[in-house]
Amino acid sequence: MSESAPLLSMRGITKRFGGNPALAGASFEVRPGEVHALVGQNGAGKSTLIKVLTGYYRRDAGEVSFLGQPFQAASPKEAQAAGISTIHQEINLVGYRSVTENICLGREIRRFGLLDWRRMHAVAEQLLARFNVAIDVRQPLHVYPIATQQMVAIARAVGFSARLVIMDEPTSSLTDREIDVLFGVIRQLKQEGVAVVFVSHKLDELYAVCDRVTVMRDGRTVRVARMDELPKLELVATMLGRDAGSVVRQGATGFGEKNAGATRALLVTTDLAAPPAVQQVTLRVGAGEIVGLAGLLGSGRTETARILFGADAAASGKIMLRDKEFAPREPRDAIRAGIGYCTEDRKIEGIVPDMSVRENMTLALLPALTRSGVVDEEKQRRVVEGFIARLGIRCTNLEQPIRQLSGGNQQKVLVARWLCMDPKLLILDEPTRGIDVGAKADIQALIRELARHGLGVLMISSEVEEIVEGSDRAYVMRDGRTVAELSGDGLEEHGVLAVMAHGTDGANGEVADV
Amino acid sequence: MSEQALSRRTVDIRSLLARHGALIALLVLVAGNMALTPHFLSWQTMSVNLTQVTTIIIVAVGMTLVIATGGIDLSVGALMAIAGAFAPLIFEGKLFPVPSVLAGVGIAFVLPVLIAGLCGWFNGYLITHFRIQPMIATLVLFTAGRGVAQVMTNGNLQAFRMPAFQVIGLGKVFGVPVQVILMILIVWAAAWTMRRTRFGREVLAVGGNQRAARLAGVPVDHTIRRVYIISGLCSGIAGLIVISINSSADANVVGLGSEFDAIAAVTVGGTRLSGGVASMTGTVIGALIIQIVRYMLLANGVPDSAAMVVKAGLIILAVALQTQGQRA
Repeated sequence: MSESAPLLSMRGITKRFGGNPALAGASFEVRPGEVHALVGQNGAGKSTLIKVLTGYYRRDAGEVSFLGQPFQAASPKEAQAAGISTIHQEINLVGYRSVTENICLGREIRRFGLLDWRRMHAVAEQLLARFNVAIDVRQPLHVYPIATQQMVAIARAVGFSARLVIMDEPTSSLTDREIDVLFGVIRQLKQEGVAVVFVSHKLDELYAVCDRVTVMRDGRTVRVARMDELPKLELVATMLGRDAGSVVRQGATGFGEKNAGATRALLVTTDLAAPPAVQQVTLRVGAGEIVGLAGLLGSGRTETARILFGADAAASGKIMLRDKEFAPREPRDAIRAGIGYCTEDRKIEGIVPDMSVRENMTLALLPALTRSGVVDEEKQRRVVEGFIARLGIRCTNLEQPIRQLSGGNQQKVLVARWLCMDPKLLILDEPTRGIDVGAKADIQALIRELARHGLGVLMISSEVEEIVEGSDRAYVMRDGRTVAELSGDGLEEHGVLAVMAHGTDGANGEVADV
Repeated sequence: MSEQALSRRTVDIRSLLARHGALIALLVLVAGNMALTPHFLSWQTMSVNLTQVTTIIIVAVGMTLVIATGGIDLSVGALMAIAGAFAPLIFEGKLFPVPSVLAGVGIAFVLPVLIAGLCGWFNGYLITHFRIQPMIATLVLFTAGRGVAQVMTNGNLQAFRMPAFQVIGLGKVFGVPVQVILMILIVWAAAWTMRRTRFGREVLAVGGNQRAARLAGVPVDHTIRRVYIISGLCSGIAGLIVISINSSADANVVGLGSEFDAIAAVTVGGTRLSGGVASMTGTVIGALIIQIVRYMLLANGVPDSAAMVVKAGLIILAVALQTQGQRA
């Protein structure tokens, strides 16, 4: 396999947007039947490269050959017809239609001009069987769990004829078990000689499933290597363009030292509940403390955060904020009380895409910037410029629409949205999901620095590493309950995982009942 | 230079068209009319066009705000009729006794506009409280509003002569019609509001991403109610201007089709129907285009009914250009 002629070869690919080159002579090669990791920080050019390949963009220069022939797709549909399928981060399916309809959408089988349902159901079942999924294809898609929906999306994309499947961060909404299933699918595809391009920010996944890796930086291809010949550390260093030594000193996350001392209570909840997602949440966040909130997807972490922020109502239980009872009815109330909430989904609940960096960053601060209805633009500009410098946000200027920024930079703007109002408590929901290693370290270091100055932080994260290294204390949630509080030496990876999996009885003596 | 330079140039032209398409279209229309339509640049023609476009623009200003939040207001024409029906009833003392003619006229300027604003509030209330889609919610007053106006006047045309009141439609200051001055003030105030105030940003945030706006502390429902109130107030003012020009109020006719003209002006002017964007200058240009097209067709003997088809075509063209611009 390793010496065979390439399935796909891209050479000297250049693409400019306005005057800025997004790709500057990038190259990319995939062999038949291999799983190839494509990595790089946000803005390195990965997405642009893929979009050039799949016909979403037209390249300015360079050559592409696929299956030994020069290749130029005019549209994603054409690329798909040629055998290149893409599976996106978000599932683009129609929830209320049946599984069969979703799989056969756009390529319906007809008989005498009418839809041949029997054959379409058979095709759908056959396709899914290939991935060991046996479900009733006549049911509407939305009745199935996300993982199954993802399988349907993959089955649809791969079809019978794909030779190359591109997976763009396919795991970001999956739980560990679902990820295992996905990896099974990838191996299955590989066995059938289908090549897979795997884009992800999670290093462990790359090492678990990929054969080779291409590293991109600043629109160029900087390294191509076999996965087993490139140590993790070196891979990170190559992505960042730093030497390996400096990465070691920083540690794997950017948090640095922990806060060990006890602090004044800032937020205390007692038996907070909003069934079905939140059953019984009891937690405490002190001033200057970073408190982790761990748990599997669907354990009620985000729902808890939304209650604390006034976005959803609590059914019962009590919230005390700085020793006073606190019952926010709207996010506005929480913001006035000094709470910020950085949401999990940037696109749906974070950015206002058409508004500028300036307006996005100061959206929550507007009341403080306004005098009798008129915005003090001078003051606004000073605030925004200050945070752009402090967080190293990369944008052409303050007026650039936020949708044009890379994911990491968008996230920095959103973190700044809350920091600029000088909050007492900051709730971060997956603060580093889907962003590059550099932005991740910047954000983590900043969180730590702010905590040192007295900010209380409640950090939801699915990455156990982030919880263990980043928080001073952590709660683990399971089925809507805070089932354990971990701190000190008890806060280590094995302990957190054990509680997630088994509840309170899991690990050794350090796991305390709440 | 290739293909590359060439392709970049076509992209530039395309985005230029998308961004300034409306302005270019307006200039082309003016130039074309100067060549084709007799007396197009005469003072009289200009003043006719300006007088007619004023009400469209005033209504379209409110509509721009509504559309910027991602909504739509179909009731504007009916609200014009309501305001138009109330005003003569008030200054003729038929509704309640007025102390003097002048006081009656004063009340007739204010009260009908406030009533239209109240109707706008009702639209907003339906939308925010019952979570009814804006198109359906405003359909209520689109239908019932004109009915109310007809019931109040027993369906009769109210003819009147009240020079003090008709200043708003027929008066001039230094040769400039009063309604044009009023229109300029309204456009300027709206543009300033969108650019400089917190309310302006909140409108765009609600239209751009409602969920994100709420989580950033923007008072979403409050903002939505306010834009419909503003749209109602604008419609009320436009209604008064129309009846002043006509020297009569006919509940069956005042503001008929205005919702369409206003939406067309906003769309042609480059404000997206999905919300999050508002261009007051664009709306003014859009209204001027619609007016000139209508005048051009009329002056060249094309009936008004055919002109409606052309207007619909214009909207399609505008939307097509916008999508082009987004893709480029």
